[in-house]
Order: sequence, then C-alpha cells, then structure tokens
Amino acid sequence: MSAFARLSAVLGRAAAPAVLALGLAASVTAVAGEGESFPAAGNDVRNNASLQRGARNFMNYCSGCHSAQYVRYNRVAADLHISDDVLRSNLIFNPDTKSADVIRSSLPTEDAKRWFGNAPPDLSLIARSRGTAYISAFLKSFYVDPSRPTGVNNLVLKGTAMPHVLASLQGVQTAEFTTEKGQMGDVEKFEKFVLTTPGSMTPAQYDEFVRDTVNFLDYIGEPAQVRRQDLGVWVILFLLVFAGFAYGMKKEYWKDVT
Amino acid sequence: MLAPNPAPGPWQRRGADGTGSGFGTEQGWTMSDEVDLGRRQLLTNATALTGAVGVAFVATPFLASWKPSARAKALGAPVEIDIAKLEPGAMLKVEWRGKPVWVVRRTPEMLASLKTSTPLLADPESEASDQPAYAKNPARASNAEYLVVLGVCTHLGCSPAAKFTPGDVTVSADWPGGFYCPCHGSKFDLAGRVFKGVPAPTNLKIPPYSFPSPTRIVVGADAQSA
Amino acid sequence: MASNDSSTTQPKGLYGWICARFPLDSMMREHLTEYYAPKNFNFWYFFGALAIFVLAIQIVTGIFLTMNYKPSATEAFASVEYIMRDVEWGWLIRYLHSTGASAFFIVVYLHMFRALMYGSYRAPRELLWVVGMVIYLALMAEAFMGYLLPWGNMSYWGAQVIVNLFSTIPYVGDSLVEWIRGDYFISDITLNRFFALHVIALPLILVFLVIAHILALHEVGSNNPDGIEIKKTKDAQGRPLDGIPFHPYYTVKDTFGLGMFLIVFCGIVFFAPTLNGLFLEAPNFDPANPMQTPPHIAPVWYFTPFYAMLRAVPSMFGTQIWGVLVMFAAIALLFFLPWLDKSPVNSIRYKGPLTKFMLAVFAVSFVVLAVCGMKPPQGIYPTLARIFTVTYFLFFLLMPWYSRIDSTKSVPSRVTYHDHEH
Repeated sequence: MSAFARLSAVLGRAAAPAVLALGLAASVTAVAGEGESFPAAGNDVRNNASLQRGARNFMNYCSGCHSAQYVRYNRVAADLHISDDVLRSNLIFNPDTKSADVIRSSLPTEDAKRWFGNAPPDLSLIARSRGTAYISAFLKSFYVDPSRPTGVNNLVLKGTAMPHVLASLQGVQTAEFTTEKGQMGDVEKFEKFVLTTPGSMTPAQYDEFVRDTVNFLDYIGEPAQVRRQDLGVWVILFLLVFAGFAYGMKKEYWKDVT
Repeated sequence: MLAPNPAPGPWQRRGADGTGSGFGTEQGWTMSDEVDLGRRQLLTNATALTGAVGVAFVATPFLASWKPSARAKALGAPVEIDIAKLEPGAMLKVEWRGKPVWVVRRTPEMLASLKTSTPLLADPESEASDQPAYAKNPARASNAEYLVVLGVCTHLGCSPAAKFTPGDVTVSADWPGGFYCPCHGSKFDLAGRVFKGVPAPTNLKIPPYSFPSPTRIVVGADAQSA
Repeated sequence: MASNDSSTTQPKGLYGWICARFPLDSMMREHLTEYYAPKNFNFWYFFGALAIFVLAIQIVTGIFLTMNYKPSATEAFASVEYIMRDVEWGWLIRYLHSTGASAFFIVVYLHMFRALMYGSYRAPRELLWVVGMVIYLALMAEAFMGYLLPWGNMSYWGAQVIVNLFSTIPYVGDSLVEWIRGDYFISDITLNRFFALHVIALPLILVFLVIAHILALHEVGSNNPDGIEIKKTKDAQGRPLDGIPFHPYYTVKDTFGLGMFLIVFCGIVFFAPTLNGLFLEAPNFDPANPMQTPPHIAPVWYFTPFYAMLRAVPSMFGTQIWGVLVMFAAIALLFFLPWLDKSPVNSIRYKGPLTKFMLAVFAVSFVVLAVCGMKPPQGIYPTLARIFTVTYFLFFLLMPWYSRIDSTKSVPSRVTYHDHEH
C-alpha cells in the first residue's frame, strides 16, 4: 500500500466525524438564518470596477446623510486602486477633509434627528448587521404612500424615515396589494410594484446601480475580506504540508508499537 | 512542540538494557531492527522545520500589529500652517506627531547672528545632524527667512526655551541669541545648531516640510512627496 | 514518579546545569518520557491536547487584543472596529480569538463526550472529572463575560438576559443582580468589571485548573477506549505492558492531530469567520442599544442547549425560578456522573444495548436542544425543547437503574490494538 493511499485512508477516517460536524453546522446555520429571506444581492467584492462605481454612488447619494465612521478615504482609495487625484476631485467633497480622514456625513446629527425623527444610521457595518440581500431589497422596495411624511414607504422596512433619494434614478413605483382573509381578520398581501413614472435609468441599469452600491457597502463592512481569503488559501496549503510531514513522522514512530 | 530524537536525548527514555535498541518482546513497543532511523529522522526534521516556519509566519502579524495603525498615521499626517500673520522675529509653535515644531520668521539681524555664532558651534555644517537635504546649509532652511525645526533637545528630549535676545543674562553675556534647554543647559543658535561643550550631541532635528504657497507651510511632507 | 532506572545518567551541559538546580529532568520524565499512556487511544483522544492548544491561542490573541481594546461603553464598539480596520493584522488576531472561543467549546464538548463513552469519569478518576467540570464552568463564565466586551447589541442583550436569571432567586435576586452589574442596568461599570474578570481573573483560574487536571490525570493514569486499567499488567520494571511513553509516541501523534485541527480552524478563520452567524452574530455588528432589543435574541451556540431548557420550563406559582433551576441542574448533574454510573464495566464497548441507547438519547437531546435554543420559541420548537429536556434528565436520573441492570460483555485483560502494519 502506498504512503499516499494510507494517508488518504487516515484522512478518510478522521474526516468522518469532521463531515458529521460540518453537516451539523450547516443544518444549524440554516436554522440560525432566521426571518424573511430576500433574493441574493449578487454582488462580488472582487469586481474592482463595480466597487469603484459603488464608491462613487455611495459618496454621491448616501454620504450626504449617512456616515461611515470607521472607513478612511485613503484606505478605500488604496484598496480600490483609486488615485489620490481622483479621490480628492471626485470622492471627497469637503476641501477641509484630509484623505486619511474617516467618512463623516455632511448632515449634523442634531438636524437629522429634527428632520427625520432619528439620525440616519452609520453605514460602516450595515452589510454585516443586515446582510447584502436585505439592503439590495430595501433599495428597490420604495413605493408611493401619501400617508407618510416623506410620501414614500418601503416594503422591507415599513414606516422607514428615509426618503426615496434614488427616485430620480429608479423612477416612482406604486405597490399593489390584495386583501386576503386571515385568521385574525383581513391581511394585506403584496402583489407587485408598478413603475408609474420612469426615472433616468432603466430597471436593469438601476439594478446594476444597486448591486454596485451594495458591493461597496459589503466591502466597507470588512475591508480585509479579499485579503483574508487570498491569504487563507496559502495558509491551508502550508498546513497540508505540515500535516503531511507530521503524519509521516507519526507513522514512523508508531512502527515501534505492536 | 518537542522535536523527538531517535537517539536518547537528555530527557528521553534510555532502554532498559542501556542500548536503546529494544525493550523486551512482551512490551507493547519495541524498536524493531526493520525501523529505518534515517527516514524517521528526516520526517522529524521536516515536521520540526515546517513547524518552526509556521511559528515564524504566525509571529509576523502579531509583531506587525505594533506598528503605527492607520489612525496613528492619520493623526501623524502632515500639518499645514498659515504663516501669513507671523511677524518678523516671532515664533509659532505647532504640534506634529505629538512633538512641538517651531516656525521662526528670522529677521536679517537674526540671520546675521548665525555667522557670529559659527565659531562656538559643535557641528556648524550639520554633518552629524539629522535634516532633509534642503536644510543642510548654515541657515538650516530651504528658505532662509523661515526656520522650521523640531523643538526637542537632542540630549534627552526636553523642549528648549526661546532666548532670542542677544546677551540674554539668563544664558550668558556673549549669547548670540537662540534656544536654551532648561533641563541640562544645552544651547542652540537661531538655526538650531548646537554649541560646543554642552550635553546635546547634535543640532536640533529638522522635520520634512514644504511651502505649498508663500504663506503656508506643510510640516511632515517634502515638496515632492506632498 | 521518576523511575530509578539503573541506566539513568546525570544530564550534562546546560541542561545538566539546570537539572542540578531545578527538577526539569524529573518533570520531563514524569509527564512525558516516562508517563505511560495506553497504546490504543483513538480519534477521540486528540481533544485534550487540542483544548490546551486552543487555550494558548486564546491567551496570546487575547493579550494582543487588550493592547487596542477599550473597556468603556463609549469606546468599546469603536475600538473593536479599530482593531478590525486600522490596526495592522488586527482582523486576523480578532478572528483567531472569536473563532477560538467557539473552537474551545467544540473540543471541550468532544473531550467530555469521550469521557462519557469510555467511562473516564469513573473510579479512580472521579476527581479528575470534577476538576474538568470546574474547568467547564470557568470556561462558560469566561466566554459569557468575553461576549459582552465587543459591546454589540447582541452582547448587550445577552448579558441583560443572563444576568437577569439571578433575579429569579427569591428575596435576594434583585439586589444580587444590582450587585453583579454595579448599576441599575448593564452599563459601563458592568463592562469594565467583566473586562477585568475576562482578561485576568478567569484566565488565571483556568490555567491553574488545567494544571490541576493534568496532574490529577497523571496521578491516576489515562483511561482508554477499552476502559481497562493498564497499570494492572506490568513488566518486571513496573512499566504497564499496554502503555507507551507519552513522548515521543503521543507527542508525534498529537502533532499530526494539531495539523488536522488547524486546517479546519484556519478554514473557518480565513473563509467563514462568522460561520453564517453561528460564531459571530449579525446583530452584534450593531452597537449596543439599550432602547432596542434585536428581533430575535439567542446566546452563542455553545450555551443554547441550556438556554433551550430554561425556556422550556414555564412559570409556576408566580415565579420563573423553575427554568433557572432546571438549567443549573442540567449542568450540576454532570458533576455527579461518577456516582450515578453503577455499571460493572467502564467503556461503552462492553456495556449493553440499553446503556448504548441512553447515551445516544443523551447525544441527540443535547444537539436538538442546541438547535431549539437558537430558534425563536415558536412552532414546534417549544414542544421539542420540552421533550428533549426530559430525555436529557432521564439519561442521568435513570442511570443508577439502567447501568446496573443492563447486560455487559466480558472485558479482556489487555487492550485491543490493531497494528496497521500487519
């Protein structure tokens, strides 16, 4: 029997409980992923062009009200291969902001509270706390609701204080509901959105816009994630070599044991 | 991890018969004659070496985590100073990387005093001192009118006091004007050059700096790197 | 004890110089080269050594995290993000620590289940088992206090709920809870004292307990999958015939085990550090907010079996202390295992079908309760939790009965060891 066959036999023996444990973990995480599910955002943090577009979208449409207080401009520029000139001219709007500064919103918190009822949340970790699918669905689910002070409501976050700042791009949509008889009385069930006024973008372009923006939020949620995975491949390869040698060593010593 | 050694090591078990080549037949473990000691040694060395490389790899991020963080670098970023209101003969103090940086707008008389002080100095040409290339001249400045210098004594790190008046009695009667360190009495002229016979070994350090406009100074960045 | 081996010569050189002044050589002999471990250890015997390794990971990464962490309500959350983003390699150190916490419980649970299978808690290893259980308690306290430190919203509400368990104690409950928190709510003061306990007090206790655990093990000797005392059959020199020196045979084997463990561990650290919300929960990426509980709160996975039992028991007679008592009893019963087991044999290999069935029931109950504890208390889960709380307790409470009446197989006098070479 070759050494390799023996190694794989042992790996097989050791793997059985490991596979069991992983299977358990998978079933449990399926359990842990509670609540409503949304279609996957479909973003890719390795797509640099998309991240750059997302950064531009974020600075133009989000950073007016939302901060990203743990994210530094120069870190974004370095990770996304954005030159200092482009950073200063296209992404930093306040001349007093240094490129090593963190992203603060241009809106004072006190004013925000007065206007919206509560301060717009910091977006540094929004993709980690809510998930990319949630944000993607949220940005696509504004609809006209004259009963709201902002004139719009959101299917994903009912009664949100956030106005539809992307309406000029997406256009204006209404939501159609059907009424169903439930156990506790009538239940409004969402049917579909109808685009009543087109925006400057086609629905496909708007989806792309949302995907890029969510991609950027995913990236700032954990700026080291691509580096982490890239390094992980080498770490695992190294450990395989180590475990291989250790297995051979164990095998040699255990020849003594009869 | 202990690297096992086939030969009895200092803490390894010696064989009952003293040869290390077998422990009796009824024992559950015997060193049989078929065992290839060379192969065992090779695999032990390979494992130990890989393990040592692994430990070195693991140590790297831990040691690197002590380097200045992104925040420390942001706080230590170059500082821009407006010098439009700085009067001739006056001094401005700014903090850069937690240390005082002095900007002195030198009058023609002050610049003239640099010549009279030269014979008294330990390193008038700044050969042994620390400064950017553009400040390695008698005035120790890229623009002689403005002295930009780190206000930290090269002896033990006190911040010297400004004593610009020639003949200041609190220093000495032949004082040409400059800086005097209260801690151990080190003296520097108006270009931050150290006097002979004082504890401080070298001239005051000049940080990198540049003039983005005639009335603004950036401390912490050279003209090319800014 | 170091044997009085006639061939032993005095160590030489620097090592000899140290040994003349410090019992290094005798310690090495007693615990490594002349500690005889049964030769038939299997897969389940990796986890003791791995637990020590994970403890070392936690101590080293913990020390480096404290260098940048700020134990204050206003700065804690931001300081963790500072570590994750601004400190060079801070993300790696933090993920090693957060993954290490879960890994610690995984290896400890497997280590404990090994003891359950092979009867390692039985005489003469009762004290070894009890010390191990105290380690488990200290570990739970350590993990609970550590979980508050990131000051995320799950940290906050988790601490709120667990600390409030003590308020169910009659008469003193409310003042006790105030005393634990040092405030009227989970505040900066609570965070600061949990930090002190997490980084100094409990790690010290854990290290001392682990040393005591190893000393107790080496005093009575290791059990094995056959549950046979290898000390009963010795050679002329007094060495167990079925024993092999721990070093080099088990040091090389554990080195391989470490390699395999690290592959799984690093796989999680580098490719799935949150493990889909199981190791790092999504609501904990929101800062602590005393005004808003996350929609669904549950402790981290390693506490959920006990949390499920807590929720499974309803309030009765105007107090909810029953659930708390059940939860603590579920842990306390483990302490009494050595005295509940009346079987004439140690290992599951030689026990009868009834005992095997009950052990399987216990394992299934633990896992199902763990899942129930993660789910919101709706639908089928409260019912499942109640059923399996009962079966969990039956494993212990019926043990004096079924372990006595169950059939057994005859135990061989020597361990079974299959030499893979032949």
